[in-house]
Amino acid sequence: MTRVLIVDDHRLFRSGVRAELGDSIEVVGEAEDVETAVKAIAAHQPDVVLLDVHMPGGGGQEVLRRVLGSGSQVRFLALSVSDAAEDVIGVIRGGARGYVTKNISGKELTDAINRVAEGDAVFSPRLAGFVLDAFASSEAPSIDPELDSLTQREREVLRLIARGYAYKEIAKELFISVKTVETHVSSVLRKLQLSNRHELSRWATARRLV
Amino acid sequence: MADQKTLAEQSGDKPYRRMMRPMEGRLLGGVAQGLAAQLKLDPVVIRLMFVLLTVVEGAGALAYAVLWMVSPREPHEGHPPQRDWSQLAAFSAIGAALFLFTWLTGASQGGIGMLPFAVGGIGALILWQQADPARRSSWVSGASRSIRKNRVRTLLGIGLVVVGATGFLAAEGELPQVRDSLLFTVVVVGGLLVIAAPWLAGLWKELQLERRERIRQEERAEVAAMVHDSVLHTLTLIQRVAHDPREVSRLARSQERELRNWLYQPAQDADATVAAAVRRIAAEEEDSHGVPIEVVCVGDIDLDPPGKLAATLKAARQAMVNAAKYSGSPSISVYAEVEGEEVTIFVKDRGKGFDLEAVPLDRMGIRESIIGRMERHGGTARVRTEPGEGTEVMLTMKVEKA
Repeated sequence: MTRVLIVDDHRLFRSGVRAELGDSIEVVGEAEDVETAVKAIAAHQPDVVLLDVHMPGGGGQEVLRRVLGSGSQVRFLALSVSDAAEDVIGVIRGGARGYVTKNISGKELTDAINRVAEGDAVFSPRLAGFVLDAFASSEAPSIDPELDSLTQREREVLRLIARGYAYKEIAKELFISVKTVETHVSSVLRKLQLSNRHELSRWATARRLV
Repeated sequence: MADQKTLAEQSGDKPYRRMMRPMEGRLLGGVAQGLAAQLKLDPVVIRLMFVLLTVVEGAGALAYAVLWMVSPREPHEGHPPQRDWSQLAAFSAIGAALFLFTWLTGASQGGIGMLPFAVGGIGALILWQQADPARRSSWVSGASRSIRKNRVRTLLGIGLVVVGATGFLAAEGELPQVRDSLLFTVVVVGGLLVIAAPWLAGLWKELQLERRERIRQEERAEVAAMVHDSVLHTLTLIQRVAHDPREVSRLARSQERELRNWLYQPAQDADATVAAAVRRIAAEEEDSHGVPIEVVCVGDIDLDPPGKLAATLKAARQAMVNAAKYSGSPSISVYAEVEGEEVTIFVKDRGKGFDLEAVPLDRMGIRESIIGRMERHGGTARVRTEPGEGTEVMLTMKVEKA
């Protein structure tokens, strides 16, 4: 049973998600802004926090900063109506382990929550596309080659995610195990979060202006 | 005359009303009162105008007399009301003072030369009277505030005006030396400018503020119009087709896409690049078939004139149509990637799939519109499908980068 806390400023949406989640998920609480979210996370210690990106009081990134900054090991799955690059990249770099948009189906969301609870990363096709795009623009010399570029295999995995493949299908396509696929995705997530290529943020902001 | 009267009656007796001299509130003959009503100005302005013009060559008095003779007296019931003698005295005093001033300074000998001053004064009076009360009081308070704030500057300005005016008048005695008087005029104008500068600056700032406010309001209006034209419209439509879930979700999707484009992708050139074109095509097919199409684009390239990419896009559209129409898949994934000179588009569904070998030769969809078209333009198309496994179409085209 995965214990989940829902953080979203729309009450209707919170009850909608509650109703849609499968039996393997237990919703232990809800919060509607940054303050109540930080308190509720401390009180309930959930396995996974479903985190809205846009909220009064600083948004999801502020929750991430305060909770993860205090040394908490809670895992976050960002859930947003926006799929603008700066929101997606911003919240992932803030420490979320995955990003899905709000039009995701209940079953897919349940899967994503369970995957995050197990310590894996969840990439939507859109996020995979953003990462490929961001790491492709390699004009500036990288400071840390290990962190600042993707391996051939990681690229292949991301491309398949962007094409709409499920992890199982990716494993079959590349003749590797699902576990290995998960390892590759987690490694991409780590690079995305730790790489200090300033290009990443710049790319995300610039993309809005295109 | 009769014509005029009927006209006047027809148009609510406003534009063609004849000037009358009212008895109520008159000071002399009611001419100023009548003229003020005609011109929609304050009678005080008209009276001051007459006084001013009278000082200049007596023109005001003449005009007053003529107007008195040509305009009829307004019919009045009962005893003629008492004149306000105190006001009349005040205007006489102003006239006398002005006259004395011009006589003392010798400016009245200037004759025609005084007329511009009179005209300017009358203009200023009318402007003053036309401005709305709030603005007038803000002018006054603004002026007095800036005077208080910049005492040195104001004093300097007044000093300059005084020096200039004295110089001007001194020079007036010796008309041939126009150059001197010109010089002093410049000094006078300079002094006036120094006094008025802060006030003018304030006025300018206020104007800018007003402009910014107007721009903000226009933007608001644009947002409101956008929400009204699209979102409200769609919500209404959704209520009307509430019994048809497929149509409801189609409407919601299409509205969502429109709103997203508007919010996050301002001013995207409709069809200048591959990514934009793929998004547009996916949107169109999603609209016409009611199946959600998720589009992910990586990299981008301008569309080429020879039409290799146009052919690729047509093939991609055909693949989307096939997936939406025949696969039964709840959603379709489209992935477009531009890497260097290679453009690749994937169209994937999770539908029922089919046996590629079993497709009859005359079926245009796959063989002609997708594979044939790509090969004719120097690209490749690969179709991966199996019954029950969904279908993926992969289109590859090489182009030369401009």
